[in-house]
Amino acid sequence: MDPGAVGKLARRLPLGSAVISATNGKTTTAAMVAAIVGDRVKLAHNRAGANLVSGVASALLASDRADLGLFEVDEGAFPDIAGRIRPQAVCLGNLFRDQLDRYGELEHIAERWRTAVAELDPAAWTVVNADDPLLADIARGRAEAVRFGIDDLSVARDRLPHAADSKYCRTCGAPYDYAAAYVGHLGDYSCPRCREARPSLDVAARAIELSGLEGSSFDLVTPEGTRRVSLSLPGLYNVYNALAAASLSLVLGAGLDDVEAGLARFRAAFGRFERIAAGDRTVLLLLVKNPAGANEVVRTLVDAGAPVRLLVALNDAIADGRDVSWIWDVDFEPLVGPLQELVVSGSRAQELALRFKYGGLDPAKIALLPDLAEALAYGVEGTLPGGELVVLPTYTAMLALRQIASEQGLVRPYWEEAVA
Amino acid sequence: MKLVVGHLYPEYLNIYADRGNIAVLERRSAWRGIDLDYRTIGLGEAVLPGEHDLFYVGGGQDREQALIAPDLAAKGPALVEAVEAGAAFLAVCGGYQLLGRFYRDRSGAELPGIGLLPHHTVAGERRMIGDVLLECEFDGGAPRTLAGFENHAGRTYLDEGAEPLGRVVSGFGNNGKDGFEGCRVAGAVGTYLHGPLLPRNPWLADWLIARALTRRLGEPPELDPLGDELEAAAKAVSAERARSRGGRF
Repeated sequence: MDPGAVGKLARRLPLGSAVISATNGKTTTAAMVAAIVGDRVKLAHNRAGANLVSGVASALLASDRADLGLFEVDEGAFPDIAGRIRPQAVCLGNLFRDQLDRYGELEHIAERWRTAVAELDPAAWTVVNADDPLLADIARGRAEAVRFGIDDLSVARDRLPHAADSKYCRTCGAPYDYAAAYVGHLGDYSCPRCREARPSLDVAARAIELSGLEGSSFDLVTPEGTRRVSLSLPGLYNVYNALAAASLSLVLGAGLDDVEAGLARFRAAFGRFERIAAGDRTVLLLLVKNPAGANEVVRTLVDAGAPVRLLVALNDAIADGRDVSWIWDVDFEPLVGPLQELVVSGSRAQELALRFKYGGLDPAKIALLPDLAEALAYGVEGTLPGGELVVLPTYTAMLALRQIASEQGLVRPYWEEAVA
Repeated sequence: MKLVVGHLYPEYLNIYADRGNIAVLERRSAWRGIDLDYRTIGLGEAVLPGEHDLFYVGGGQDREQALIAPDLAAKGPALVEAVEAGAAFLAVCGGYQLLGRFYRDRSGAELPGIGLLPHHTVAGERRMIGDVLLECEFDGGAPRTLAGFENHAGRTYLDEGAEPLGRVVSGFGNNGKDGFEGCRVAGAVGTYLHGPLLPRNPWLADWLIARALTRRLGEPPELDPLGDELEAAAKAVSAERARSRGGRF
C-alpha cells in the first residue's frame, strides 16, 4: 500500500487519532485506552502490536467505519507516522536503552521526537511522562499538555538500578539528585547545579499498593478529581502504563468513571502477563525485551516471592534485537538465590546459561534446552500439580511459545480474545 | 593472591553491558582463589602509580563520552605509565577510541585521545553493526578465535606496524576495509567487540588475568584450567552467527 494513503485514511476518522509511543508499555497502554474508551467509540486499533506504518495502515483498512484511531507506534517510526496521520493527541511514555543495534542512542530518538512534537497541529494534545528527564520538557511550548508521574515515596527505590539511562542533567550535565527513583531512571529528579527539575504533575499516582503478582491499586489524582483505581496487572511499571492510559483517555473525552471502570476490568495485553492453563498447572508468561523492562519483571517476581523454577527464553531475531548484550545489564541476581532449577531456551539459550553462571548460579542447576517446545514441556512436567511455571520470553520467543501452547490447545489465540 | 582492577567511569561508560566483562574477571579469579579487588575510577579521581594491575574502560553514548573526555585526557600520562610498567588493560568500543591518538568527528574537529594505543579514528556515515569472528595470534601461540558483536560509526586506522587484536574472519572490524580488528600493545587490548566479550571468550579473560598477575608476581602465573563447556557452546553459536550474517558493506 502507498504510505501516503495512511494519512488519507486517518483523516477520514471523525474523531481523529491518538498515537502512543514508548520503549516499554506501549502495547499495554494502548490496550488500556481501548478498554476505557472502546465501549463508546468504534476504534481503529493495531492491537496485535504491528506498530510500523504498515501495521497502522492495516488497522485503518480493517476498520473502515471506525470513529477514532488508536495506534501504538514503534519509537523509531513515531515521527514519520505522526507526520502522516496528524494525530489530535500523542502520548509519550518513556525511553530506555533497547536494541541499540536497531534504534541507536536514546538522545537521538528523543531529539527526533522533540521535532515531531513541535510539528504537531497547534491544537493537538501532548501527554508525556514527567518522570522521564529525557521527555519531560518535550511538551514545553505546547498549548495543550498533560504531564503525568508517580508521587509516592513509599514505592521508591533507594538507588538507581545498574546501567540506568539519562541520569545526567539534560541542560548542564551534572548528575541528577533523585528524591525518588521509581522505574529505571524514571522518578522525581532535580539538578543540583542548574535547578532543572521534574515539572509539576497534572495527573499523578499516590498511595500505591502493590500486591505481588495479583495486581495493584492507587489513587489516580487528576484535575477532574481523584479515584481509587484497581489494576489486575502487577508492578510499578504497569502503574505508569495506567497513568499514561488514564491521561490520554481524559484528553480524548473519557470521564473518570470510564477510566476507573476500564482500568479495573483490563486484563493484560498479549503475552505481557498471561496465564495459560496446562492441565492442572499454569504457565505465566512475562515478556522481557530490554534491561529496564526485565528489571521490573524481576523486581515484581522477587516481591511476590521468587520462584524456585524458572524458564527464560532468549531469541535473537530482528524483532528481539540481534545483539544479545543487553541480558548482561539485567539485574537477574536477586532471582539466583532461591532457584533450584533454571531452564534456558531459545536461539541464544547458551548465552543465557552463561549470564546466570556468571551471576552466581551453579551450572548444575541449569537445563539447556534451546528448542522452545521441548523446554516448555520439560518445564511444565517439572512443575508440581497445582503449581505455576514462570516463563520470561523475549518477543519472538513469546510468540512461538503462545503458538506451541495454542497447538496443544492450552491457549486461545489472541484475535479470538480480542473479539470476545 | 590478590589482583586490583580499576574500572574507569562505570557511571558514564556502560552502554554495552560492560558489567558482564567485569563479572567474568571476578568469577574466574575467585574460582582460582585469586582475590580480585574491584575499584572504580571516577571523574577527578587520580590514578596512582602502581595501584592497579588491570584497567577496564567501556563505551558510552556520545553525550557521556563527551562528559568524561577532558578528565580522561588528564589521566592519560598515568595510564600510559601504568601499562609500560606491566598493567593489563581492556578497552571496549568508545573506550577503545579514546585510548588512541585522536578522534575526528563529522565536522572535521579533532578530539585528542591519550595515545596509549597507536591508532586514530574518523567518524563514518554508516554504522558497522553485526556479529564478528576474529582470528588472533598472541605471543607466538597457536591461533585462537574471538566471537562478538560490533556497533560503531567510527573507522579506526592503526599506525604503520601497529599490532591488531586479530584478523577479521567475518564482520567489519576496525574500519570495514583493511581486515583487522582491535589493537594491542603489551598488556593493553582495545576492541570494538562489546558487551559479553569475555564470557564467551574466556581465554582472553584468562590472558588478561595472567598479564595482571605477572605484573604483581614478577613472573607468569600458572592458572588452573576451568570447566568452560557452556562458554564454548555460547561461543559456537556466536561464531556461527558471524559466519552466516556478519557485517559487510
